[in-house]
Amino acid sequence: MTNSWTDIGVSDCILIMGSNAAENHPVAMKWVLRAQEKGGKIISVDPRFTRTSAKADIYAPMRSGGDIAFLGGMIKYILDKDIFFKDYVIHYTNAPFIVSDKFDFKDGLFTGYNPEKRAYDKATWVFDRDDKGIPVKDMTLQHPRCVFQLMKKFYARYDLDTVSSLTGTSKADLIKVYETFAATGKPDKVGTMLYAMGWTQHTTGTQIVRVASMIQMLLGNVGMAGGGVNALRGESNVQGITDQALLFHILPGYMPAVNAAFDNLEKYNATTPKAVDPMSVNWWANRPKYIASLLKSFYGENGTKENDFGYSWLPKIDVGQNASWLFMFDKMFNGDFSGFVCMGMNPACSGPNSEKTRKAMAKLDWLVDIDLFENETSSFWKGPGMDPKKIKTEVFLLPAAMSIEKEGSITDSGRVGQWRNKAGEPLGDSKADGQIVHELYTKVKELYAKEGGAFPDPILKLKWDYAKDGKVDFHAVAKEINGYFTEDIAEHPIDKKAYKKGTQVPNFVFLLADGRTSCGNWLYSGSYPEAGNMMARRNRTPVASCNIFPQWGWAWPLNRRIIYNRASVDLNGNPWDPKRAVIKWDGTRWVGDVPDNAVPPMGLPNGRYPFIMRPDGVGSFFGVGMADGPFPEHYEPLECPIEKNPLSSQRINPAIPLFKGELDKYTTCDPKFPFVATTYRLTEHWQTGLMTRYQPWLVEAEPQMYVELSLELAKLRGIKNGERITIASPRGKMWAKAMVTNRIKPFNIAGQTVHLVGLSWHYGWLVPKDGGDSANILTPSIGDANTMIPEYKVFLVNILKEERPKVEKKPEPKPAPKAEAKPAPKPEAKPEPKPAPKAETKK
Amino acid sequence: MKITRRSFLKISGATAAGTVMGGLGFDFSPVESYAQELRIKGAKETTTVCCYCSVGCGIIVHTDAKGKVINTEGDPDHPTSEGALCAKGMSLYQLINNKDRLTKVLYRAPNSTKWEEKSWDWALTEMAKRIKKSRDASFTEKNDKGQVVNRTNGIAGIGSCHVNNEEGWLYQKFLRALGLVYIEMEARL
Repeated sequence: MTNSWTDIGVSDCILIMGSNAAENHPVAMKWVLRAQEKGGKIISVDPRFTRTSAKADIYAPMRSGGDIAFLGGMIKYILDKDIFFKDYVIHYTNAPFIVSDKFDFKDGLFTGYNPEKRAYDKATWVFDRDDKGIPVKDMTLQHPRCVFQLMKKFYARYDLDTVSSLTGTSKADLIKVYETFAATGKPDKVGTMLYAMGWTQHTTGTQIVRVASMIQMLLGNVGMAGGGVNALRGESNVQGITDQALLFHILPGYMPAVNAAFDNLEKYNATTPKAVDPMSVNWWANRPKYIASLLKSFYGENGTKENDFGYSWLPKIDVGQNASWLFMFDKMFNGDFSGFVCMGMNPACSGPNSEKTRKAMAKLDWLVDIDLFENETSSFWKGPGMDPKKIKTEVFLLPAAMSIEKEGSITDSGRVGQWRNKAGEPLGDSKADGQIVHELYTKVKELYAKEGGAFPDPILKLKWDYAKDGKVDFHAVAKEINGYFTEDIAEHPIDKKAYKKGTQVPNFVFLLADGRTSCGNWLYSGSYPEAGNMMARRNRTPVASCNIFPQWGWAWPLNRRIIYNRASVDLNGNPWDPKRAVIKWDGTRWVGDVPDNAVPPMGLPNGRYPFIMRPDGVGSFFGVGMADGPFPEHYEPLECPIEKNPLSSQRINPAIPLFKGELDKYTTCDPKFPFVATTYRLTEHWQTGLMTRYQPWLVEAEPQMYVELSLELAKLRGIKNGERITIASPRGKMWAKAMVTNRIKPFNIAGQTVHLVGLSWHYGWLVPKDGGDSANILTPSIGDANTMIPEYKVFLVNILKEERPKVEKKPEPKPAPKAEAKPAPKPEAKPEPKPAPKAETKK
Repeated sequence: MKITRRSFLKISGATAAGTVMGGLGFDFSPVESYAQELRIKGAKETTTVCCYCSVGCGIIVHTDAKGKVINTEGDPDHPTSEGALCAKGMSLYQLINNKDRLTKVLYRAPNSTKWEEKSWDWALTEMAKRIKKSRDASFTEKNDKGQVVNRTNGIAGIGSCHVNNEEGWLYQKFLRALGLVYIEMEARL
């Protein structure tokens, strides 16, 4: 989130789209309702009428996958009516920048597309620059190749008729939403957007978030209290663990992963973002300090200036290598891994295309699973369709301690780190995950110290001094993450003060690139300074104007609660909206929230642009870093109910990689799978259900898998409310109870009726008895072009009267295994539906 | 209306019980309220943050003299949640004191049809051997282009955003020390 949960309460308009906040973040919904009590408007855009829709002032149904068209239409509306926030757009964004005349967009493709690679060469996605390298601008926004005019031309195609036909949203509803939200484009009005997986789990997910951000910049809502673009994250510490970089493409604090082209630290540092415009802060210019300090936290005294602080010990991906989830499981399915460590996850149910995921694990020699409960991953070998006697995989299932049986910090969606205290001892033999990691590392190290082995240095020379008497001290780790001085410093370049070796750095401003500081994650530097553990603070004194609580816990970066807050003031530092002031320049310094850098506002002497993390210092309408185009364009989902993309001849996102293995089956516009399916969560269960399916209270409330379908579709298929039905996709089949409801209505898309069915996905074959299996049995292995997040929100299915096991016993000639194993000749070829998986015969 | 902390808890307790029981209604009689107070009387209060979604609601955990968790409830002092919890957060008690939680290390041998209970010492020793064997067999110092990569191609690691920042940081450090590049977690899903 750019903002915090509580500051939603001061908003004038809350667009909840791609999120069902009332269901999935119920306690935070109170802040949405507080805003409504004060006259704020709630808009809910969703394929289903949800619990959030029930609280909304405006509900607009939209076909799943229509988001870019819907929001692109809002950009056109705002530009046509000329109601954008002009001062903000001209000064705080790249709208005035002139784009190269070699850049173009035709029929769904931007310049530089390579169909063989399904990727773009982005050489033409650049700005014209003057002889100093500063982008050429037209502050009148009139130049035909300025970003503003290109954007206007681009979204001119997203007219009401086209958008309505494509999304299934009525023109009246579109206008109502556009008018209401665009009213926040005035300086003293503010709107916020709340989204979740409903935006990210599409093959165009990143671009959906971008088009939303573009609207928020057009309306001047970024950096404002009650504004921003807010990802309502799904797990208690998904923000924190993303920050700690348990992901292939980053190192802690969002530094890029090390790749093979950068064989020494100097080459890595040569990729540090540079700013040519002296008015740009370009905070990332500090990256060399952060990587040197990170390496010191990895290798301690073994990392020296002479050996690049141990840089060569870090594993390196190949240039262009994608090691994300879908590729990982594709490799596992192909037998490329012998070992797999799984901590607190349940991929057998959470990954797409469950059959592929589950069969992939049977190719492993060993699996280590750390969890609170037995789960479908640890026990895949005895799951439906599996013959344990034929599965070689050894499994170590390790009992983990609960959150209340250990201490440490977690970071909420609003970037606020809060400390959890230990209330009791771990149950039985269970141990804290961090303790397990410590003991496992210690054993592996002993083994390498004794026997040697492949390249033992990174293991033997790792700094690992966090345990006392064999028990990890999590405060010691938190202090490592904050960072400390590794040498006495007589006069620090920042404040000219002396610092002692071993004392905590005050915050990341004090980090150095020469090895005299160590820091495990620069973003968290300041969370545990000499003064103590900031994340444990419990002072609830608010800043009333923006309803934030700066002394409750600690937010990264630097305890800033609303990021990009220098965009909430005019060029002289006065708040656009004084009654909701976030920060204000008082003539000599900023007052209010922690400012997004202490330098003066851009209109004053020595002033700087507001967006300090961007090399150009401004927000980007034209996004040169994207894999699939600098402007968000609508493409159809991989599996869609209509033959043609109404906007271009590119049906699907041209920059998404396609998998072509034997279990990667896709279809489109297929009479065998005529209905659109989408998946979602329920209040009473959580993710794959592992932490809710074992609780009698919650299972009583939501006992089994169900599928929501409209009255019209139920009538069409002769399905009664409450009966068990079969849902089939090209990947598999499963049962669910039919919930016939008028919360879902058929859509009229490009002149044809399209039916939607909705599936919760929290279940698994293991528990509760007869609760059903994961909806991911049905979902395809396909991801977003930029993030590779799977497209869980749209895929094609059929629904049938339940096929009971006896029906399946009908002898069917089995297809020759060879034939089935043959890869699809074309990525979009329509494969035959595979035979019913044995999973369906379970009792 | 002035609400004291204690009266607030009574109200929120009643509301929450109604939610968890599926809206069956709740006879909030003074007798039951008195009983509830007695149960946590003298118990130690520890604050925590809910383990489910990312709202970060505050929860108070009550433990008895033996350290057993006897109650959990919303923390009224928390600025975001103000004492409220959803059905999942209200059920935290049942997650802590759950008869199905794993309390032993379990091992499944190749081609076996069952779990066996094992000691930590045995499991750690055996896992370390497997890790070393896979790592040594798949370690790659240089890629096809001859560039130094120093990575372990044969092991993948995933998880977890259920764990604390400190644990996650240790875990990524461990996996990277082993040379893994296939490192992923829930944020990708």
